[in-house]
Amino acid sequence: MSAEAGQQHPLGIYYKVWILLFVLSAFSYATDFLEEGVFRWFLILLFMMLKAGFIVAIFMHAFWERMALVFTILGPPIALLFLIGFLGVEGQYTWDTRVEYRGHDPNAQPLSVADVHGGGHEEEAH
Amino acid sequence: MTDTAATEALAPQSGVGGLVDDWSADKQTYHVPWGKAMMWIFLVSDTFIFTCFLTSYMNVRWTTAEPWPYASEIFALSFGGDPIPLILIAIMTFILITSSGTMALAVNFGYRRDRKKTAILMAITAAFGASFVGMQAFEWTKLIVEEGIRPWGNPFGAPQFGSVFFMITGFHGLHVSAGVIYLLIVANKVRKGDYEKKGYEIVEIAGLYWHFVDLVWVFIFAFFYLW
Repeated sequence: MSAEAGQQHPLGIYYKVWILLFVLSAFSYATDFLEEGVFRWFLILLFMMLKAGFIVAIFMHAFWERMALVFTILGPPIALLFLIGFLGVEGQYTWDTRVEYRGHDPNAQPLSVADVHGGGHEEEAH
Repeated sequence: MTDTAATEALAPQSGVGGLVDDWSADKQTYHVPWGKAMMWIFLVSDTFIFTCFLTSYMNVRWTTAEPWPYASEIFALSFGGDPIPLILIAIMTFILITSSGTMALAVNFGYRRDRKKTAILMAITAAFGASFVGMQAFEWTKLIVEEGIRPWGNPFGAPQFGSVFFMITGFHGLHVSAGVIYLLIVANKVRKGDYEKKGYEIVEIAGLYWHFVDLVWVFIFAFFYLW
């Protein structure tokens, strides 16, 4: 393998993806100001996957790699989706039993920073 | 016959055909420098570690009937006026993205054999990384000293908030710190011209690690801070 066989691409694509990642990050941050709900989660996951995809594909050059390497990188993590799925189901079940049999309040609300520390921000009632 | 085989070896086919060829050719499978293949395999294993952390975090959040503290409020920062939610975390995100960009440029200039630009861009990347770790240290200090968050409890809600937060961001911060040292070592060797003979794949390999650190942050940002 010659020394110059590495990944070499025009600079333009890096600048474009760089700007795109900035924009996606800004959108991602903006979701924090939306109301909780399915739509907000859809956007969080969408921007997350787009950002991750561009970083892996362009910055890490996975897009130009040979398929043998790409599958080695992206294949094994598929197993992780099962782990996430199983632990999600199990977690929900544990929560249900805790609420059902151990008397936990399913609607309990956390204390806000103002509740705990008082002081400067008392006027911001929740 | 021999001629055809030689030509094919020079220009292996791409796509699924290439995948079959690479695995069935009775020779090395990955047509990349071994250091790069090993870095990728390390990164895949690191993906498993971080996913285990994030998945246990998900499990903890779904099993805990105690209310989860408001991340958006706890990570708010005030610049004189009302606290702006997650602002420090957003700045940290932009810093990592910026550093990823400078790293990508460093890789490119490395292959162009522009040693000076490569070394400078890598040093800039390391500087952004160091400032990220600095902000994280500030964030941790604020959480521990001002908000009273500990790995075993906090005044807001579910005690697991602290343990998950310190473990995940701590492990990520450790990766960033290691990356800063790694980048500085490689940058210095680039500056001295140590890779003139070997070629500049090493810059791309270091870049893979650095982009991975940025990649992990994307998931931490979405799941820990935005959830």
